[in-house]
Amino acid sequence: MEYSLRAPVSENDLSLLRAGDVVRLSGELYTARDAAHARFGELLSRGEALPIPKGAVVYYAGPCPAAPGEVIGPCGPTTSKRMDRFTPALIDYGIRQFIGKGARSSAVNEAMRGRAVHFAATGGAGMLYASRITACELVAFGDLGAEAVYRLNVQDFPVIVSFDLAGTDLYGRITP
Amino acid sequence: MRVVAAQSLVEPVKRLCLAACCRLPQDVCDALASARSLEAEGSAAQSVFDQLLENQLLARQKNRPICQDTGMAVVFADIGREIWIDGDLTQAVNEGVRLAYTQGCLRKSVLDPITRVNTGDNTPAVLHIRLVEGDRIRLTVAPKGFGSENMSRLTMLPPSAGTEGILNQIVLAVTEAGASACPPVVVGVGIGGTMESCALLAKRQLLRTLGEPANRQDLARLETEALARLNVTGLGPMGLGGRTTALAVHIAAEPTHIAGLPVAVNLQCHACRHASEEV
Repeated sequence: MEYSLRAPVSENDLSLLRAGDVVRLSGELYTARDAAHARFGELLSRGEALPIPKGAVVYYAGPCPAAPGEVIGPCGPTTSKRMDRFTPALIDYGIRQFIGKGARSSAVNEAMRGRAVHFAATGGAGMLYASRITACELVAFGDLGAEAVYRLNVQDFPVIVSFDLAGTDLYGRITP
Repeated sequence: MRVVAAQSLVEPVKRLCLAACCRLPQDVCDALASARSLEAEGSAAQSVFDQLLENQLLARQKNRPICQDTGMAVVFADIGREIWIDGDLTQAVNEGVRLAYTQGCLRKSVLDPITRVNTGDNTPAVLHIRLVEGDRIRLTVAPKGFGSENMSRLTMLPPSAGTEGILNQIVLAVTEAGASACPPVVVGVGIGGTMESCALLAKRQLLRTLGEPANRQDLARLETEALARLNVTGLGPMGLGGRTTALAVHIAAEPTHIAGLPVAVNLQCHACRHASEEV
Protein backbone atom coordinates (compact mmCIF):
# COMPACT_ATOMS: atom_id res chain seq x y z
CA MET A 1 0.00 0.00 0.00
CA GLU A 2 0.99 3.65 -0.42
CA TYR A 3 0.10 6.39 2.02
CA SER A 4 0.67 10.09 2.52
CA LEU A 5 0.67 10.74 6.28
CA ARG A 6 1.36 13.45 8.82
CA ALA A 7 4.53 13.03 10.89
CA PRO A 8 4.42 12.00 13.65
CA VAL A 9 1.98 9.37 12.42
CA SER A 10 -1.17 9.01 14.58
CA GLU A 11 -1.53 5.87 16.68
CA ASN A 12 -4.46 4.78 14.57
CA ASP A 13 -2.59 5.16 11.28
CA LEU A 14 0.48 3.50 12.78
CA SER A 15 -1.55 0.38 13.54
CA LEU A 16 -2.64 0.19 9.87
CA LEU A 17 0.88 0.24 8.46
CA ARG A 18 2.43 -3.03 7.30
CA ALA A 19 6.04 -3.87 6.49
CA GLY A 20 6.63 -2.99 2.84
CA ASP A 21 4.14 -0.11 2.72
CA VAL A 22 5.43 3.04 1.03
CA VAL A 23 4.78 6.19 3.06
CA ARG A 24 5.33 9.85 2.20
CA LEU A 25 5.69 11.73 5.47
CA SER A 26 4.85 15.41 5.90
CA GLY A 27 5.40 17.12 9.24
CA GLU A 28 8.16 17.06 11.85
CA LEU A 29 11.18 14.82 12.32
CA TYR A 30 14.04 15.08 14.83
CA THR A 31 17.57 14.06 13.79
CA ALA A 32 19.71 12.10 16.25
CA ARG A 33 22.63 9.79 15.57
CA ASP A 34 25.53 8.26 17.51
CA ALA A 35 26.75 11.14 19.67
CA ALA A 36 23.23 12.48 20.39
CA HIS A 37 22.12 8.99 21.40
CA ALA A 38 25.03 8.71 23.82
CA ARG A 39 23.72 11.91 25.45
CA PHE A 40 20.13 10.67 25.36
CA GLY A 41 21.38 7.58 27.20
CA GLU A 42 23.01 9.71 29.91
CA LEU A 43 19.87 11.85 30.35
CA LEU A 44 17.58 8.84 30.60
CA SER A 45 19.87 7.06 33.08
CA ARG A 46 19.59 10.14 35.33
CA GLY A 47 15.81 10.13 34.90
CA GLU A 48 15.88 13.44 33.02
CA ALA A 49 13.77 14.52 30.05
CA LEU A 50 15.05 14.35 26.48
CA PRO A 51 15.23 17.53 24.36
CA ILE A 52 12.66 16.06 21.96
CA PRO A 53 8.95 15.60 22.64
CA LYS A 54 7.45 12.23 23.53
CA GLY A 55 5.85 10.79 20.43
CA ALA A 56 8.39 12.45 18.12
CA VAL A 57 9.76 10.78 14.99
CA VAL A 58 13.51 10.16 15.35
CA TYR A 59 15.49 10.28 12.12
CA TYR A 60 18.96 8.71 12.26
CA ALA A 61 20.80 11.31 10.23
CA GLY A 62 23.66 13.81 10.32
CA PRO A 63 23.37 16.33 7.47
CA CYS A 64 26.02 18.30 5.64
CA PRO A 65 25.98 21.96 6.63
CA ALA A 66 23.70 24.14 4.50
CA ALA A 67 25.38 25.97 1.66
CA PRO A 68 24.33 29.60 1.11
CA GLY A 69 20.66 29.61 0.05
CA GLU A 70 19.98 26.05 1.25
CA VAL A 71 17.64 25.00 4.07
CA ILE A 72 19.96 22.10 4.86
CA GLY A 73 22.75 20.13 3.18
CA PRO A 74 22.34 16.55 1.95
CA CYS A 75 20.51 14.61 4.65
CA GLY A 76 20.04 10.88 4.04
CA PRO A 77 19.74 8.15 6.67
CA THR A 78 22.56 6.45 8.56
CA THR A 79 22.71 2.84 9.80
CA SER A 80 20.02 2.26 12.44
CA LYS A 81 21.78 -0.68 14.10
CA ARG A 82 24.39 1.55 15.71
CA MET A 83 21.66 3.12 17.83
CA ASP A 84 20.31 -0.26 19.00
CA ARG A 85 21.87 0.01 22.44
CA PHE A 86 19.75 3.07 23.26
CA THR A 87 16.53 2.25 21.42
CA PRO A 88 14.63 0.19 24.04
CA ALA A 89 15.08 3.04 26.56
CA LEU A 90 13.86 5.55 23.98
CA ILE A 91 10.77 3.43 23.33
CA ASP A 92 10.10 3.29 27.08
CA TYR A 93 10.44 7.09 27.13
CA GLY A 94 7.77 7.41 24.45
CA ILE A 95 9.57 7.52 21.08
CA ARG A 96 7.66 5.16 18.78
CA GLN A 97 8.70 6.05 15.23
CA PHE A 98 12.22 5.70 13.85
CA ILE A 99 13.68 6.32 10.40
CA GLY A 100 17.03 4.89 9.32
CA LYS A 101 18.56 2.20 7.18
CA GLY A 102 19.02 -1.49 7.79
CA ALA A 103 17.80 -4.18 10.15
CA ARG A 104 17.74 -3.82 13.93
CA SER A 105 18.96 -6.33 16.52
CA SER A 106 16.52 -8.98 17.72
CA ALA A 107 16.45 -7.22 21.11
CA VAL A 108 15.31 -3.97 19.46
CA ASN A 109 12.76 -5.82 17.32
CA GLU A 110 11.35 -7.35 20.51
CA ALA A 111 11.21 -3.92 22.16
CA MET A 112 9.46 -2.47 19.07
CA ARG A 113 6.88 -5.24 18.69
CA GLY A 114 3.42 -3.75 19.31
CA ARG A 115 4.90 -0.40 20.38
CA ALA A 116 7.09 1.12 17.68
CA VAL A 117 7.59 1.24 13.93
CA HIS A 118 10.81 1.47 11.92
CA PHE A 119 10.86 3.14 8.52
CA ALA A 120 13.62 2.50 5.98
CA ALA A 121 14.97 5.42 4.00
CA THR A 122 17.30 5.07 1.01
CA GLY A 123 20.94 5.36 2.02
CA GLY A 124 22.99 7.62 -0.19
CA ALA A 125 20.04 9.67 -1.41
CA GLY A 126 21.15 12.71 0.58
CA MET A 127 20.17 15.35 -1.96
CA LEU A 128 16.78 13.76 -2.64
CA TYR A 129 15.88 13.87 1.07
CA ALA A 130 17.26 17.40 1.46
CA SER A 131 14.91 18.48 -1.34
CA ARG A 132 11.96 17.32 0.82
CA ILE A 133 13.05 19.31 3.89
CA THR A 134 11.41 22.72 4.13
CA ALA A 135 12.85 23.94 7.45
CA CYS A 136 15.64 23.01 9.83
CA GLU A 137 16.18 24.26 13.37
CA LEU A 138 18.82 23.35 15.95
CA VAL A 139 17.14 21.84 19.04
CA ALA A 140 19.99 20.53 21.22
CA PHE A 141 23.70 19.65 21.48
CA GLY A 142 24.87 22.33 19.04
CA ASP A 143 28.48 21.49 19.89
CA LEU A 144 28.03 18.17 18.07
CA GLY A 145 27.75 19.82 14.64
CA ALA A 146 26.34 17.30 12.17
CA GLU A 147 25.49 15.03 15.10
CA ALA A 148 23.36 17.64 16.90
CA VAL A 149 19.58 17.29 17.24
CA TYR A 150 17.73 19.24 14.54
CA ARG A 151 13.99 19.63 14.06
CA LEU A 152 13.13 19.17 10.40
CA ASN A 153 9.94 20.11 8.62
CA VAL A 154 9.45 17.68 5.78
CA GLN A 155 7.10 17.43 2.81
CA ASP A 156 6.48 14.09 1.04
CA PHE A 157 9.52 12.47 2.64
CA PRO A 158 9.63 8.97 1.08
CA VAL A 159 10.15 5.96 3.37
CA ILE A 160 9.18 2.29 3.50
CA VAL A 161 7.80 0.54 6.60
CA SER A 162 10.48 -2.00 7.52
CA PHE A 163 9.13 -3.10 10.93
CA ASP A 164 5.45 -2.82 11.73
CA LEU A 165 3.47 -2.97 14.98
CA ALA A 166 2.55 -6.59 14.29
CA GLY A 167 6.28 -7.38 14.47
CA THR A 168 6.87 -8.13 10.79
CA ASP A 169 10.41 -7.30 9.72
CA LEU A 170 10.84 -6.52 6.04
CA TYR A 171 14.59 -7.19 6.26
CA GLY A 172 13.93 -10.51 8.00
CA ARG A 173 11.87 -11.61 5.01
CA ILE A 174 14.67 -10.84 2.57
CA THR A 175 17.85 -11.75 4.49
CA PRO A 176 19.68 -14.31 2.33
CA MET B 1 64.43 16.67 -12.22
CA ARG B 2 61.18 18.61 -12.03
CA VAL B 3 60.50 20.72 -8.98
CA VAL B 4 56.91 20.88 -7.75
CA ALA B 5 55.98 23.20 -4.93
CA ALA B 6 53.95 21.28 -2.35
CA GLN B 7 51.73 24.35 -2.03
CA SER B 8 50.70 23.99 -5.68
CA LEU B 9 48.93 20.71 -4.81
CA VAL B 10 46.50 22.35 -2.36
CA GLU B 11 44.10 23.56 -5.05
CA PRO B 12 43.99 20.26 -7.01
CA VAL B 13 43.29 18.29 -3.83
CA LYS B 14 40.50 20.70 -2.88
CA ARG B 15 39.04 20.50 -6.39
CA LEU B 16 39.18 16.70 -6.39
CA CYS B 17 37.45 16.43 -2.98
CA LEU B 18 34.57 18.57 -4.21
CA ALA B 19 34.32 16.86 -7.60
CA ALA B 20 34.36 13.38 -6.05
CA CYS B 21 31.68 14.24 -3.47
CA CYS B 22 29.32 15.94 -5.93
CA ARG B 23 29.63 13.99 -9.17
CA LEU B 24 29.01 10.28 -9.36
CA PRO B 25 31.38 8.83 -12.00
CA GLN B 26 29.68 8.01 -15.32
CA ASP B 27 30.45 4.27 -15.10
CA VAL B 28 28.58 4.12 -11.78
CA CYS B 29 25.60 6.06 -13.19
CA ASP B 30 25.49 3.67 -16.14
CA ALA B 31 25.69 0.62 -13.87
CA LEU B 32 22.80 1.92 -11.73
CA ALA B 33 20.68 2.61 -14.80
CA SER B 34 21.27 -0.84 -16.26
CA ALA B 35 20.62 -2.50 -12.87
CA ARG B 36 17.32 -0.64 -12.71
CA SER B 37 16.22 -2.19 -16.00
CA LEU B 38 16.69 -5.69 -14.52
CA GLU B 39 14.21 -5.12 -11.67
CA ALA B 40 10.48 -5.82 -11.87
CA GLU B 41 8.24 -2.92 -12.84
CA GLY B 42 6.83 -1.26 -9.70
CA SER B 43 9.14 -3.16 -7.31
CA ALA B 44 10.76 -1.59 -4.22
CA ALA B 45 14.11 -2.28 -5.89
CA GLN B 46 13.17 -0.25 -8.92
CA SER B 47 11.99 2.66 -6.79
CA VAL B 48 15.33 2.63 -4.94
CA PHE B 49 17.18 2.87 -8.26
CA ASP B 50 14.88 5.70 -9.36
CA GLN B 51 15.69 7.56 -6.14
CA LEU B 52 19.43 7.03 -6.55
CA LEU B 53 19.40 8.21 -10.16
CA GLU B 54 17.31 11.28 -9.31
CA ASN B 55 19.61 11.93 -6.36
CA GLN B 56 22.84 11.89 -8.36
CA LEU B 57 21.24 14.19 -10.93
CA LEU B 58 20.21 16.67 -8.22
CA ALA B 59 23.75 16.54 -6.80
CA ARG B 60 25.28 17.16 -10.22
CA GLN B 61 22.91 20.03 -11.05
CA LYS B 62 23.39 21.80 -7.72
CA ASN B 63 27.04 20.85 -7.35
CA ARG B 64 26.36 19.48 -3.87
CA PRO B 65 27.27 16.12 -2.30
CA ILE B 66 25.54 12.94 -3.46
CA CYS B 67 25.48 11.72 0.13
CA GLN B 68 25.70 13.54 3.46
CA ASP B 69 28.50 11.16 4.43
CA THR B 70 31.24 12.94 2.56
CA GLY B 71 33.59 10.46 4.14
CA MET B 72 37.18 10.42 5.22
CA ALA B 73 39.31 11.77 2.41
CA VAL B 74 41.49 8.93 1.15
CA VAL B 75 44.15 10.44 -1.09
CA PHE B 76 46.39 8.45 -3.41
CA ALA B 77 49.50 10.21 -4.69
CA ASP B 78 51.52 8.43 -7.36
CA ILE B 79 54.66 10.50 -7.62
CA GLY B 80 57.06 10.32 -10.56
CA ARG B 81 60.56 9.55 -9.36
CA GLU B 82 61.96 12.46 -11.40
CA ILE B 83 60.10 14.92 -9.20
CA TRP B 84 61.40 16.78 -6.22
CA ILE B 85 58.61 18.07 -4.02
CA ASP B 86 59.55 21.37 -2.46
CA GLY B 87 57.75 21.58 0.86
CA ASP B 88 55.53 19.34 2.97
CA LEU B 89 53.31 17.11 0.83
CA THR B 90 51.23 15.82 3.75
CA GLN B 91 50.54 19.33 4.95
CA ALA B 92 49.51 20.42 1.43
CA VAL B 93 47.13 17.50 1.04
CA ASN B 94 45.55 18.21 4.41
CA GLU B 95 45.20 21.88 3.52
CA GLY B 96 43.36 20.93 0.32
CA VAL B 97 41.03 18.68 2.29
CA ARG B 98 40.47 21.35 4.94
CA LEU B 99 39.54 23.98 2.35
CA ALA B 100 37.20 21.64 0.46
CA TYR B 101 35.30 20.49 3.54
CA THR B 102 35.04 23.88 5.27
CA GLN B 103 34.44 26.17 2.26
CA GLY B 104 32.47 23.56 0.31
CA CYS B 105 29.97 22.91 3.14
CA LEU B 106 30.81 19.20 3.23
CA ARG B 107 30.26 17.20 6.41
CA LYS B 108 33.14 17.05 8.84
CA SER B 109 33.15 13.44 10.01
CA VAL B 110 36.67 12.93 11.34
CA LEU B 111 37.34 12.70 15.07
CA ASP B 112 39.63 11.27 17.73
CA PRO B 113 38.69 7.61 18.17
CA ILE B 114 38.97 7.73 21.97
CA THR B 115 37.72 11.18 23.00
CA ARG B 116 35.31 11.34 20.01
CA VAL B 117 36.14 15.04 19.67
CA ASN B 118 35.77 16.17 16.03
CA THR B 119 38.81 17.73 14.35
CA GLY B 120 36.43 20.26 12.80
CA ASP B 121 37.75 20.27 9.24
CA ASN B 122 37.75 16.60 8.18
CA THR B 123 41.52 16.35 8.45
CA PRO B 124 43.72 14.43 8.57
CA ALA B 125 43.37 12.77 5.18
CA VAL B 126 44.50 9.18 4.75
CA LEU B 127 47.42 9.54 2.34
CA HIS B 128 48.92 6.70 0.30
CA ILE B 129 52.13 7.61 -1.52
CA ARG B 130 53.70 5.51 -4.26
CA LEU B 131 56.79 6.20 -6.35
CA VAL B 132 56.25 5.61 -10.07
CA GLU B 133 58.13 6.27 -13.32
CA GLY B 134 58.15 9.72 -14.87
CA ASP B 135 57.89 13.36 -13.82
CA ARG B 136 54.17 13.70 -13.13
CA ILE B 137 52.04 13.39 -10.00
CA ARG B 138 48.75 11.55 -10.24
CA LEU B 139 46.36 12.52 -7.46
CA THR B 140 43.21 10.55 -6.70
CA VAL B 141 40.73 11.48 -3.99
CA ALA B 142 38.26 8.85 -2.84
CA PRO B 143 35.99 10.12 -0.05
CA LYS B 144 35.15 6.97 1.93
CA GLY B 145 31.82 6.76 3.73
CA PHE B 146 31.68 4.60 6.81
CA GLY B 147 28.36 2.82 6.29
CA SER B 148 30.25 0.53 3.95
CA GLU B 149 33.71 0.90 5.51
CA ASN B 150 32.31 -0.39 8.83
CA MET B 151 31.16 -3.59 7.14
CA SER B 152 34.51 -4.34 5.49
CA ARG B 153 36.68 -7.17 6.77
CA LEU B 154 40.14 -8.69 6.69
CA THR B 155 40.65 -12.39 7.37
CA MET B 156 43.85 -14.41 7.56
CA LEU B 157 42.58 -17.62 5.96
CA PRO B 158 44.54 -20.87 6.06
CA PRO B 159 46.02 -21.72 2.64
CA SER B 160 43.77 -24.80 2.47
CA ALA B 161 40.70 -22.51 2.30
CA GLY B 162 41.55 -21.82 -1.35
CA THR B 163 39.35 -19.89 -3.76
CA GLU B 164 36.19 -21.31 -2.18
CA GLY B 165 37.27 -19.76 1.12
CA ILE B 166 37.86 -16.44 -0.62
CA LEU B 167 34.42 -16.51 -2.27
CA ASN B 168 32.83 -17.30 1.11
CA GLN B 169 34.47 -14.25 2.68
CA ILE B 170 33.13 -12.02 -0.08
CA VAL B 171 29.57 -13.34 0.20
CA LEU B 172 29.63 -13.24 4.02
CA ALA B 173 30.85 -9.64 4.09
CA VAL B 174 28.08 -8.45 1.77
CA THR B 175 25.20 -10.48 3.22
CA GLU B 176 26.08 -9.72 6.85
CA ALA B 177 26.32 -6.03 5.97
CA GLY B 178 22.77 -6.04 4.62
CA ALA B 179 21.40 -2.55 4.09
CA SER B 180 24.11 -1.00 6.29
CA ALA B 181 26.64 -0.94 3.46
CA CYS B 182 24.10 0.72 1.11
CA PRO B 183 23.86 -1.96 -1.61
CA PRO B 184 24.22 -2.36 -4.51
CA VAL B 185 27.83 -2.35 -3.44
CA VAL B 186 31.13 -2.33 -5.25
CA VAL B 187 33.46 -4.90 -3.70
CA GLY B 188 37.22 -4.43 -3.62
CA VAL B 189 39.11 -7.59 -2.76
CA GLY B 190 42.78 -7.93 -1.94
CA ILE B 191 44.34 -11.37 -1.73
CA GLY B 192 47.82 -12.13 -0.39
CA GLY B 193 50.64 -9.93 0.84
CA THR B 194 50.69 -9.14 4.54
CA MET B 195 47.84 -7.87 6.69
CA GLU B 196 48.30 -4.19 5.85
CA SER B 197 49.27 -4.55 2.19
CA CYS B 198 46.27 -6.81 1.58
CA ALA B 199 43.89 -4.16 2.97
CA LEU B 200 45.41 -1.42 0.82
CA LEU B 201 45.26 -3.67 -2.25
CA ALA B 202 41.54 -4.15 -1.62
CA LYS B 203 40.99 -0.41 -1.30
CA ARG B 204 42.81 0.31 -4.58
CA GLN B 205 40.40 -2.02 -6.42
CA LEU B 206 37.55 0.41 -5.62
CA LEU B 207 39.18 2.92 -7.96
CA ARG B 208 38.87 0.68 -11.02
CA THR B 209 36.33 1.31 -13.77
CA LEU B 210 33.26 -0.75 -12.90
CA GLY B 211 33.14 -4.13 -14.54
CA GLU B 212 36.53 -3.88 -16.22
CA PRO B 213 37.96 -7.35 -15.54
CA ALA B 214 41.19 -8.05 -13.68
CA ASN B 215 44.17 -8.45 -16.00
CA ARG B 216 44.80 -11.99 -14.72
CA GLN B 217 42.41 -14.53 -16.20
CA ASP B 218 42.04 -16.60 -13.03
CA LEU B 219 41.18 -13.47 -11.05
CA ALA B 220 38.76 -12.28 -13.73
CA ARG B 221 36.97 -15.65 -13.47
CA LEU B 222 36.87 -15.29 -9.68
CA GLU B 223 35.35 -11.82 -10.08
CA THR B 224 32.61 -13.18 -12.33
CA GLU B 225 31.86 -16.02 -9.94
CA ALA B 226 31.79 -13.74 -6.87
CA LEU B 227 29.47 -11.25 -8.60
CA ALA B 228 27.09 -14.04 -9.64
CA ARG B 229 26.99 -15.44 -6.10
CA LEU B 230 26.28 -11.99 -4.63
CA ASN B 231 23.47 -11.26 -7.04
CA VAL B 232 21.64 -14.55 -6.44
CA THR B 233 21.41 -13.74 -2.71
CA GLY B 234 18.36 -11.59 -3.49
CA LEU B 235 19.46 -8.95 -0.94
CA GLY B 236 19.02 -6.26 -3.58
CA PRO B 237 19.29 -2.46 -3.47
CA MET B 238 19.16 -1.17 0.12
CA GLY B 239 18.53 -4.73 1.30
CA LEU B 240 14.89 -4.54 0.21
CA GLY B 241 15.14 -7.48 -2.18
CA GLY B 242 16.10 -7.51 -5.85
CA ARG B 243 18.40 -8.81 -8.54
CA THR B 244 21.35 -6.47 -8.07
CA THR B 245 23.19 -6.68 -4.76
CA ALA B 246 26.61 -5.78 -6.17
CA LEU B 247 27.49 -3.66 -9.20
CA ALA B 248 30.98 -5.11 -9.49
CA VAL B 249 33.61 -7.22 -7.73
CA HIS B 250 37.20 -6.18 -8.36
CA ILE B 251 39.92 -8.57 -7.21
CA ALA B 252 43.70 -8.26 -7.15
CA ALA B 253 46.35 -10.57 -5.76
CA GLU B 254 49.96 -10.26 -4.67
CA PRO B 255 52.46 -12.87 -3.44
CA THR B 256 52.09 -13.96 0.16
CA HIS B 257 53.75 -16.28 2.71
CA ILE B 258 53.63 -20.09 2.44
CA ALA B 259 51.63 -20.17 5.68
CA GLY B 260 48.98 -17.64 4.75
CA LEU B 261 46.06 -16.57 2.61
CA PRO B 262 45.13 -13.03 3.66
CA VAL B 263 41.84 -11.80 2.21
CA ALA B 264 40.58 -8.24 2.57
CA VAL B 265 37.07 -7.35 1.46
CA ASN B 266 36.55 -3.60 1.24
CA LEU B 267 32.92 -2.70 0.70
CA GLN B 268 31.95 0.44 -1.15
CA CYS B 269 28.39 1.76 -1.21
CA HIS B 270 26.69 2.54 -4.53
CA ALA B 271 28.01 6.10 -4.22
CA CYS B 272 31.37 4.87 -5.54
CA ARG B 273 33.08 8.24 -5.52
CA HIS B 274 36.54 9.09 -6.74
CA ALA B 275 38.21 11.70 -8.89
CA SER B 276 41.72 11.93 -10.34
CA GLU B 277 43.96 14.54 -11.85
CA GLU B 278 47.52 14.63 -13.16
CA VAL B 279 49.75 17.45 -12.05
